[in-house]
Amino acid sequence: MGVGIEVTNLNAWYGANHTLQDINLNIPANHATALIGPSGCGKSTFVRCLNRMHETNPIARVTGTVRMGDLDIYQDTTPVEIRRRVGMVFQRPNPFPTMSIYDNVAAGLKLNGYSNRRALDEIVEKSLKNSALWDEVKDDLKKKSGASLSGGQQQRLCIARALAVDPEVLLMDEPASALDPVSTSKIEDLIFQLKSQYTIVIVTHNMQQAARVAEKTGFFLNGRMVEFDSTHKIFTNPSDKRTEDYITGRFG
Amino acid sequence: MAQEHSAIRRYLLARGNSAIADRVFKSLMVLCALSIFAIVVLIVTELVQRSQLTLHTFGFQFFWKSYFDPTTGLPAYWDPVNGYFSALPFVYGTLVSSLLSLLLAVPLAVGVAVFLTEMCPGFLRAPLAFLTELLAAIPSIIYGLWAVFVLVPLLREYVNPLLVSGLGWTGLFNDQNPTGLGYFASAVILAVMILPIISSLTREVMTAVPHSQREAVLALGATRWEMIRMGVLRNARVGIVGAIILGLGRALGETMAVTMVIGNTPQIKRSMLATGSSMASVIANEFTEAVSDMHLSALIEIGLALFIVTIIVNAIARLLVWAVTRGAPVTQR
Amino acid sequence: MQQGFKMQTRLRWLGDKTATFLAVLSTILVILPLVAIFVYLILKGAHSLNLAFFTQIPKPVGEVGGGMANAIVGSVTLLVIASLLGVPIGIGGGIYLAEFGRGTKFANAVRFTADVLNGVPSIVMGLAAYALIVVPQHHFSALAGGVALGIMMIPTVCRTTEEMLLMVPHAVREAALGLGVPNWRSVLSITVKTASPGIITGCMLAFARVAGETAPLIFTALGNDFWSTSLNEPIAALPLQIYVYAISPYDDWHRLAWAGSLVLIVLIVLAVALVRFVTSRGVLKGAS
Repeated sequence: MGVGIEVTNLNAWYGANHTLQDINLNIPANHATALIGPSGCGKSTFVRCLNRMHETNPIARVTGTVRMGDLDIYQDTTPVEIRRRVGMVFQRPNPFPTMSIYDNVAAGLKLNGYSNRRALDEIVEKSLKNSALWDEVKDDLKKKSGASLSGGQQQRLCIARALAVDPEVLLMDEPASALDPVSTSKIEDLIFQLKSQYTIVIVTHNMQQAARVAEKTGFFLNGRMVEFDSTHKIFTNPSDKRTEDYITGRFG
Repeated sequence: MAQEHSAIRRYLLARGNSAIADRVFKSLMVLCALSIFAIVVLIVTELVQRSQLTLHTFGFQFFWKSYFDPTTGLPAYWDPVNGYFSALPFVYGTLVSSLLSLLLAVPLAVGVAVFLTEMCPGFLRAPLAFLTELLAAIPSIIYGLWAVFVLVPLLREYVNPLLVSGLGWTGLFNDQNPTGLGYFASAVILAVMILPIISSLTREVMTAVPHSQREAVLALGATRWEMIRMGVLRNARVGIVGAIILGLGRALGETMAVTMVIGNTPQIKRSMLATGSSMASVIANEFTEAVSDMHLSALIEIGLALFIVTIIVNAIARLLVWAVTRGAPVTQR
Repeated sequence: MQQGFKMQTRLRWLGDKTATFLAVLSTILVILPLVAIFVYLILKGAHSLNLAFFTQIPKPVGEVGGGMANAIVGSVTLLVIASLLGVPIGIGGGIYLAEFGRGTKFANAVRFTADVLNGVPSIVMGLAAYALIVVPQHHFSALAGGVALGIMMIPTVCRTTEEMLLMVPHAVREAALGLGVPNWRSVLSITVKTASPGIITGCMLAFARVAGETAPLIFTALGNDFWSTSLNEPIAALPLQIYVYAISPYDDWHRLAWAGSLVLIVLIVLAVALVRFVTSRGVLKGAS
């Protein structure tokens, strides 16, 4: 089951670049939250701060607090541990090229030393069913490499891989931006199903997508969060002029 | 279902953060990287330590001095039995054979590089590149074997007489020794050996020249050769010089093939057709037979000098090649 | 004026043709020795190759026949020692350069030193191994020869490993780290594994290069006319045996030298061809 995320005074820098400024928001548990905004507005940086992925870049720096339930992820834990609880799906599908479909899904557990075969079989099957890929790949789980699938299938494989470690939060960084329309709608259906079990944060540049899948939406601009409200309110009656300009297509 | 979830979650929560394993792993990798420096330090300290004797006795004179041999009435340089230790003939032999080999190899190497990058029909490019690559993979002992039994007789019978009659008046090609061994034979086999290195690096820097440079010159109505000369070679010249110096570094330290064809006599002769000895060849040839401490120390000091010279030459060459290829797309061979 | 221009154009045309001719000529001149070397190796080597070559040890001077079985086994022994030393350290250094030290001054210095070390004459490596191992032990040994070859492998393996690791897309690393996999596990099980065909290729090239090295063995492994597998004693090696036989005055030994060279070059050409085959199919396994 998912947990809520509470972000207070979050600031982030890449080198001298102040990419996130004073972000405050509460992401509700077991719902989908969309983050929209023009490219370069800091929304990707923001989700990478939620599982400390930005720390893989040596020039990145962060201040402020991020709480998941009662856990302060910058004080009480380490990047490795928090990433096991916060799954991430990236912009471009990135299955492990040397691994079979099965091993891709099991990777998060196997690489962390989990070796119970029976349990792994079950988890792989359940994760692939949850990501709506099971019927397409069940016959060659161990025969085909993850890289041999189509782009849309690869992205669902990556979602299955993230689900297999049973995360509490699922971060998706523009998960459909590299996919065709049919694959995109499959991913959206998936998000719709998954949000009852996980807290989902999805970054997107596609406003219709945000409107379709998310209960809450935040609008980012130039490293600041301009507005955060229910999706319905943001798209029909935004309180900020800049949000309205963006929604109505006057810039970005 | 919630039950099952928590089983995995409990397992993962119980897993540590691997901070120690990560730190140990990183330290190990740093150690491996440090080993590169350690090798250099090790070579220098060991060689300096083992050549103390000659370093102290002769100082830098070791590379300059000459002795006078009363029995022959001629200057002498190297005779471990009589206590003559001067590295001069070896330095001379190394320089002469290496520079002469560059003279032979550079025009050919640049020619091949020009042909392969600018003129060669597509279907020939891959096999020809593979062949030159293969030339670089042949061990020097096989070059030596081939030189002893094929090249040297060929030079002795056909080429050397021509050189003597044609260029003998210069004094550089008169004193032919009957075996065909000598500086010239070493230079020829060295040229064959360093050609692939020079030409493949030249090819690399030539392909790094932006295409717009070629088009700019062609657009002025230049012929293909003028385009290559002005558009490509001129822009790549720093890198080509680097490639040549890298070839020089290889030639200076080449051991087996030279040892087999240079003749191994510690003398200094003006004629390219005379026998001599190089720094590397004297080490290979005499090391296992050296019994006196002074003799061993002298050979190790020659090795030390060879090491320092090749390090400097290679460093210069690398810097020149990097200056040209840096920032350029990685060329796939 | 008109005449002068025509003349000049003609000269330029001539210059172009001459340059093309010279480039073609130099290519032929370069290919010629290669072809000659192979023809001689095959002609002289093939008819000296027989079963005895692979099964017998050298006969004493004056007796016809004998083989290089001990030298082949000796070379294998030396190369195993060299690989045990050179491959792990080289790969470790490459991992450091690609995964930890990117852009740092230290990494640049390591990279540069490795490239420079690559050009150091092999005979100097032999001298270093002699001073390091033979002198303290007071005898020549297989171990010293193997160490000399192993040290030579390190810079080559290090640099190719780095190059191959840099070809692994960043997204693959992120995927592993995003799953909460510890960094060391991610590097070894994901990045290195993805680049493994390329890394193996690099190791093969380094291997092929030291397989033919003679100079560093002369005063470390020394050579041996008899069977020996002890690491503490002098050991025979194929290139060393070829050298001894090539400079000997006996025709029968010359014959064996050619045969040995043929065996050596076949092994090396196979390695190089394999490497080319693998790299032409893409360095990364399964990468689309």
